Amino acid sequence: MTTVHTLRIDGADVAASDGQSILAVATENGIDIPTMCHLDGLSDTASCRLCLVEVAGSNKLTPACTTLVTEGMDITTTSEQLTEYRRTITEMLFLERNHICAICVANNHCELQDLAEKLQIDHFELPVINPSVGIDASHPLFAIDHNRCIMCQRCVRVCAEIEGAFTWGVMGSGIAERVVTDMGTPWGESPTCTSCGKCVQVCPTGALFENGRSIAEGSKAQRPFLPFLKRLGEGLEQT
Amino acid sequence: MSESSATTSARPRRRVVNLPAHVGPTRASAYVCEAVSCLSMQSHDVLLGLGERVAAAGLTDVEVKRVGCLGLCAAGPLVQIPETGELFAHVVPDNLGGIVEALAAAVPGGERVPEAPFFSRQLRIVTENSGRIDPESLEDYVASGGYQALRTVLSTMTPAEVRDEIARSGLRGRGGAGYPTGLKWNTVAKAIGSPKYVICNADEGDPGAFMDRSVLESDPYRVLEGMAIAAYAVGASIGYVYCRAEYPLAVSRLHKAIQAAGRSNYLGASMLDTEFSFEVDIRQGAGAFVCGEETALIASLEGGRGTPRTRPPYPAVAGLWHQPTLINNVETFANVAPIIRKGGSWFAGLGTATSKGTKVFALAGRVVNTGLIEVPMGTTLREIVFDIGGGIVDGRAFKAVQTGGPSGGCIPSEFLDMGVDYESLIGVGSFMGSGGMIVMDETSCMVDVARYFMDFCREESCGKCVPCRVGTTQLFMLLERITTGEATMDDLAQMERLGHMVQRTSLCGLGQGAPNPIFSTLRYFRDEYVAHIVDRVCPAGVCSIEPAPVST
Repeated sequence: MTTVHTLRIDGADVAASDGQSILAVATENGIDIPTMCHLDGLSDTASCRLCLVEVAGSNKLTPACTTLVTEGMDITTTSEQLTEYRRTITEMLFLERNHICAICVANNHCELQDLAEKLQIDHFELPVINPSVGIDASHPLFAIDHNRCIMCQRCVRVCAEIEGAFTWGVMGSGIAERVVTDMGTPWGESPTCTSCGKCVQVCPTGALFENGRSIAEGSKAQRPFLPFLKRLGEGLEQT
Repeated sequence: MSESSATTSARPRRRVVNLPAHVGPTRASAYVCEAVSCLSMQSHDVLLGLGERVAAAGLTDVEVKRVGCLGLCAAGPLVQIPETGELFAHVVPDNLGGIVEALAAAVPGGERVPEAPFFSRQLRIVTENSGRIDPESLEDYVASGGYQALRTVLSTMTPAEVRDEIARSGLRGRGGAGYPTGLKWNTVAKAIGSPKYVICNADEGDPGAFMDRSVLESDPYRVLEGMAIAAYAVGASIGYVYCRAEYPLAVSRLHKAIQAAGRSNYLGASMLDTEFSFEVDIRQGAGAFVCGEETALIASLEGGRGTPRTRPPYPAVAGLWHQPTLINNVETFANVAPIIRKGGSWFAGLGTATSKGTKVFALAGRVVNTGLIEVPMGTTLREIVFDIGGGIVDGRAFKAVQTGGPSGGCIPSEFLDMGVDYESLIGVGSFMGSGGMIVMDETSCMVDVARYFMDFCREESCGKCVPCRVGTTQLFMLLERITTGEATMDDLAQMERLGHMVQRTSLCGLGQGAPNPIFSTLRYFRDEYVAHIVDRVCPAGVCSIEPAPVST
């Protein structure tokens, strides 16, 4: 038997099943909470901090993706403060590496670009970091451009949780953190990569891409491998 | 910091020697400090030399003994004659004649040298055995009252009674946040799951802090006893000490202690002939500061990348391998045995209304007596810095004391008469932290201090969440601009905005606490920031700022 909870999101009363996250319930009810690291069908890490929401009675901000609903919760998903934080986080993602939309494979098909548009970001206030990062194009089918990577680690999770290959991992720490294949082996020499391409399909930006095909040609966001029930909402939206 | 250099040189190539066999009653003894700080200054040679000299002088009723930290690290290597209270500082292996003469002349029960304020103003509970027992000798520990508490607990108390006693004592977590220990133990005891784990967090990483290292090096059995009592109280059977690998001496002494305790039935199956079993193992951290955060520590223990995760679920409910897990700091565990021995009410009688007992501080920076001290909660900063610490080096003016490590803050002179406890420190914009206390004088630039700590946080950020990964770097860049005279007042406003955002949105304590050094220095030393930006001058003369271009 599933327990059902009633709670309040942005002033509206909603019903939810026990074990659902705030994010899932909000999405079900047409309330949009920005996310970047979250992808339905993969585990949640609460690392992008975009989905932070306010819960009445707590002075801390709560990540909507990993927080499970409880009876009588009163959640605010948008406020002036939250929007400002989201804008700053998005700005940080742009400034952390080198994102130049005009020359990016993912231009107009990029979740980061969409987010910036949604939050009406038209200029940056913080200093530019401008790091020197590389590209690994050693794989015959795919390539990774670290300049566009936002460290959401969707590739790491899809590789481990869906494909089961555990090719992708994380190396370094802090601002020097990078996603790597097989402990830093060039991707093309990776003995574990099955060349399934799932990592490319889940990548929100132009960091991972298919050689010789632009993202406008539909080489991205084809995600039939994600669990069906989780994908249902997304699929319906696309058709 | 200087600590790391001390640690690397702390592996003396030990000559295996037998100190003269000591038989019969002891008239006098020489306690030679063999904690890392003194060891790095040849205290092992002092120990060997003294043994030879004492034997050569025919003093058969004199014992030469290795002990743990004597506390006054600034004056190492230290040798103490406990019978007379004499303390020899800066001892050189080639010049031991004075000590041998004092040993020959020592009369037990005779006239004692008055204790220096550094020692007399302290109250030692956690460090009661430091500098008094041989840290590698189980016999010494037992002879000084060790394992009495465990024996009492296992033979006469129920787990609930043990938890009540700890709750009654008012003990709070010594790792920094000050969570009530009794409450944590009750939560783990009530959590459903088996096996349960007990973890001792010895991943001490705050710059300038060495309390836990000293406790582990000076009295490792005390920590193991505390862990065993905790395990009994919460129903755990397996324990881990997560100690940073930069503490090789602490690890080796702990390792020896675990083996010796196991052989003597103070650990392992059917401890002390009861049905209770508890195993302890050591896991070494690879140097990441963030692994002191409990969820990151657990991830690292499990063999993964040491990155934190969101709580809830708290480790008390789902910790190591998703089992109920009790995590306490070294100093917290070290407080357990005395509380059981002397009673929770005794402990609750010490300290302030909200913070009970004592706190160990690592006194560092521009203070005369750098070293390890233990004082009751509520002791004023003035007593700590001036009475115990002996004031500022070269008689300069006191400027601030930094507590709480990279999540803490700088406390200016107007709060010198404030009693130190968890709440008072938060009230003035700092944090108890694990107990590092860095004293600064007029030669310290507070903007540079903030820059130093931000550099530390930037370096130690694991990179998992965006606000900490990018925010600490952005804040560091802004601070760099200020310290080089390139910033504007807009940059300052930007830095404050960004600091609040990083504090509110970061995933774990590292990011949430990272802007604290900025906020606390801005709160008390804003004029220094303004001087850097507007006048392009560093008042303390630390930052090198190019003179302002002459406008024409």
